[in-house]
Amino acid sequence: MSVPVRIYPERSNRGFVDQVERLSGQRLLACYQCGNCSAGCPMADHMDLLPHQIIRSAQLGLAEALCGSRAIWACVSCMTCNGRCPKGVRIAEVIEAVREVVLRSNRRDDRLEVSALPAERLASLPPIALISAMRKLTS
Amino acid sequence: MRISYFPGCTLKNHAVNFDDSTIAACTRLGLTVTELDRWNCCGTVHGLASDDLIHRMAPITNLIRAKEADADAFMTGCAMCYSTLKRANLHLRENPEALSVVNGFLSLEQTDYRGDLDVLHLLELLRDRIGFAQLAARVERPLSGLRVACYYGCLLVRPRAAAIDDSENPKVMEDLMAALGATPVAFPLKTECCGAYQVVADPGIIAERTRRIMGSAASHGADLVVMSCPLCAYNLDDRQADARRLDPDLAPLPVFYFTQLMALALGCGEDVLRLERHRTDPRATLTARGLL
Repeated sequence: MSVPVRIYPERSNRGFVDQVERLSGQRLLACYQCGNCSAGCPMADHMDLLPHQIIRSAQLGLAEALCGSRAIWACVSCMTCNGRCPKGVRIAEVIEAVREVVLRSNRRDDRLEVSALPAERLASLPPIALISAMRKLTS
Repeated sequence: MRISYFPGCTLKNHAVNFDDSTIAACTRLGLTVTELDRWNCCGTVHGLASDDLIHRMAPITNLIRAKEADADAFMTGCAMCYSTLKRANLHLRENPEALSVVNGFLSLEQTDYRGDLDVLHLLELLRDRIGFAQLAARVERPLSGLRVACYYGCLLVRPRAAAIDDSENPKVMEDLMAALGATPVAFPLKTECCGAYQVVADPGIIAERTRRIMGSAASHGADLVVMSCPLCAYNLDDRQADARRLDPDLAPLPVFYFTQLMALALGCGEDVLRLERHRTDPRATLTARGLL
């Protein structure tokens, strides 16, 4: 017995998908959800959405779920996923694109307030840590 | 050989032991190392967004300075600086339009940047331009019996286009350590991420990462872990106490920059090692092997 499947492109959040594809330079539908990215991700334990779920969510245009996830801020662009993807999808670039969507929005939803760090901790951190954290977590 | 050298910000404060040992070891090898004139912060991370040209400016300004220095090679030892400089360079080489925009933005510079400079990591320079056999011949104090876990982290080996060695099983640092007389140990987590800048926003992540990585090195019989990144060194050395709170059985394991072990083996004085900068005291480890 055959089952008809209907796809309704008008239901997807096309604007968000286009923005993520443009910022990341990736074609999201190239991903066939093998899960290799999530299997090797060193930050997986700290993510509410695993890397392959991030890509799936981006394919489906689930902007709210992605932009509100903890996972996009846990990723530090270590590039393990990119090196192991059998389809050559640059997952780290897609995650950066979602971060950029949040940081470039009018809300400017920064994930780090350096002035709120205790002075003692701030003094102990090397510049390389502070600069990279500010680059990745603030607008 | 005249080398133009980019130290990077953290080598001027937290990681002076990396800076001092780099210059001392290279000088011992007969290289003339000159710090780049008027260098600036590289930006530490390569922006991944396709339109993120503004964050190419800091690394490219350094490449302009390096071009003006007109040395035989341009080199850095910091893994993060290396990656940022190298990837900005590759991006502009592959994108003439971006190159033109960057040069327009930097129009007050005396030199246009053409993407025609090679960015080398010190490990590449040693392997490809000097040769480990040549280096071994200069060793005055072989690191005999010292069991070393070589930690690459992310940015020396990923992304592949900017990697200095194989992404999954690099061996350049092991080859260097063998040339110095040390014994590299098997270390399955040698390319596993340390958690990087999450130490600022979420240090709990670093405790977990450090416990895994240093625990793996210890379980493979390492006396110490050697690396090339001041952020990895901060996480794996300075934050080791946090990891020990997760696992009280985690043995203290010293962390070194590869240049410190080079300086030691090449006969430099103990002063360039700046061992007082280490959080996990490495003196007992070196003394036990007769190296101090």
